Amino acid sequence: MENFYHSIYLDKELCKGCLNCIKRCPTQAIRVRNGKAVINNKFCIDCGECIRICPHYAKLAKRDTLEILDKFEYTVALPAPSLYTQFNNIKDINLILNALLGLGFDDVFEVSAAAELVSEATIKYIAEHKEQWPIISSACPSIVRLVRVRFPNLIEHLLPIKAPIEIAAEIALKKVTEKTGLPRNKIGLIFITPCPAKVTYSKEPLGIEKSEIDGVLAIKDIYPLLLEALKDTVKEYEDSPMPELSESGKIGIGWSVSGGEANGIVSDNYLAADGISNVIKVLENLEDERFSGLNFIELNACAGGCVGGVLTVENPYIAQTKNKRLKKYLPVKVSSFNNRATTVYSEDVDFDWNKEIVYEPVFRIGNNVIEGINNLNSVEKIVESFPGLDCGSCGAPTCRALAEDIVRGEASDTACIYIFKEYFNFLTLQLSTLTHNMSDASDAGNSIANLEQSLTSFFNKDAAPPEKEEKEEKKEKK
Amino acid sequence: MAADNTIKLHYDVPNDDFTRAGEASSDLKGKLKQMGISPDAIRKVSIALYEGEINMVIHANGGYIDAEISENGLKLVLCDTGPGINDIVQATQAGFSTALEQTRMLGFGAGMGLPNMLQNTDDMIIDSIVGVGTTITMFIKM
Repeated sequence: MENFYHSIYLDKELCKGCLNCIKRCPTQAIRVRNGKAVINNKFCIDCGECIRICPHYAKLAKRDTLEILDKFEYTVALPAPSLYTQFNNIKDINLILNALLGLGFDDVFEVSAAAELVSEATIKYIAEHKEQWPIISSACPSIVRLVRVRFPNLIEHLLPIKAPIEIAAEIALKKVTEKTGLPRNKIGLIFITPCPAKVTYSKEPLGIEKSEIDGVLAIKDIYPLLLEALKDTVKEYEDSPMPELSESGKIGIGWSVSGGEANGIVSDNYLAADGISNVIKVLENLEDERFSGLNFIELNACAGGCVGGVLTVENPYIAQTKNKRLKKYLPVKVSSFNNRATTVYSEDVDFDWNKEIVYEPVFRIGNNVIEGINNLNSVEKIVESFPGLDCGSCGAPTCRALAEDIVRGEASDTACIYIFKEYFNFLTLQLSTLTHNMSDASDAGNSIANLEQSLTSFFNKDAAPPEKEEKEEKKEKK
Repeated sequence: MAADNTIKLHYDVPNDDFTRAGEASSDLKGKLKQMGISPDAIRKVSIALYEGEINMVIHANGGYIDAEISENGLKLVLCDTGPGINDIVQATQAGFSTALEQTRMLGFGAGMGLPNMLQNTDDMIIDSIVGVGTTITMFIKM
């Protein structure tokens, strides 16, 4: 197994061990153990739902700070189109791009410009690969990771084309290398992200060997600085025309909202779903081949699309409205205009994935089928003994999840407070029998032995029960 | 308790509830993945069982499903007390459907149920008595 790097992590100090995240996690990757949340690295897909729900801000996302600009001689900002939807009253994207230069970047190249090229490549791929229909979009890294661990039969449907952020990085690199002549390690390609999943992507991408992204800044981190820079930019160009840096049209800008990518492929036979629980339902149905006649499936882990990412600032639905306003006077697409940098430097960029995605059966409960069958039998039996309330008090999201943990050897059934209560009542009863029998010396010996046996088996539940000793005790009694 | 190295799972299929139709195949699919059954077998099971489940809801007032899984394969028994199948040969032909207009409006009843089930199983036995009910037994090898 490889590529289980995660950008999401826990701040133990801040975690209060509440049950919000374990209930919200779509892959049941979180348990509360010893009063703190624990994330299972193999189950986690970096969707960010736990960050969204945590009331104590204990779930965090790794990312870089602006200081990363000092590490390079020449830096390029690669803004996600969702950045454009975070501001009020901005009608011209060029203003935002010039303000990014004001933050200290040497150059800027839009991910949305690359997205238009990815849309074109997608149209071509869909037309040439009917046997693979419906093609599932692979731009959202969380979706690709979800499919990899949970939907083995859908891996072959994933669009094997690099995501816009990668194409943007590769085009920007070509442009900068030609312009400055600097070696690769002096050039910093910095992506501005709406979500932690793309941080994960930049470190350990799926579908390609290595990403060209050198650093990732969160929209919410640079937002206050950018507000200041925007004011300065407006002042700077009061008397002179602002440089036109944007090379995006409606299609490119549209990628930041759910349905935008599908819009770019100009087809009626598509489905676009957003929000991780909705996405899972669609994938389940796709697996049963319930939809026919579709050629493209766009899936976004965040509700509303990328504008719903946990590292953004604006309400995703307001952001969608702003996205519509921004697009209003733009041409359908710009990137393929001949003299644009996007067109000039994209000529020999390879759009295809170059690494196979392999099914990682992380949810298995046995090393082989026989073990799996027997373990599942045990799970079913344990589940029956539980109250079925899915209360989460044991630290697992559902009774079934606890049963699976027990079979995997990661928990004990006394983690269930209802089972614990039963044991407790049983012990109390034995204790009261003992007290009652104290007056009769001959019965007292038996009661003490019984109580001792119960206590031993109760407290040794985690370890193997001392069966031999118990048998010896029974013999003694006889 | 089931015999060693096999597992038996039981599902009730509710009558006339389209929103719940598919729950059994979805649940079984999840468990097969946990057991480590091959993705190819899982694909066949989920398609065949979903079709069977939908058939029970559309035509037969619901019923029940018994699944028995061992390392060699799956045996799925779908049992209902519905109207029964008049002409089994005709019913297994692609495109033949007795579904009501109302059901077709919902996107079901295209006449692909039994043909799809046949296509995705290694063996299938249809046992049906008109007015009594239908039992379909499907075998899928690992």
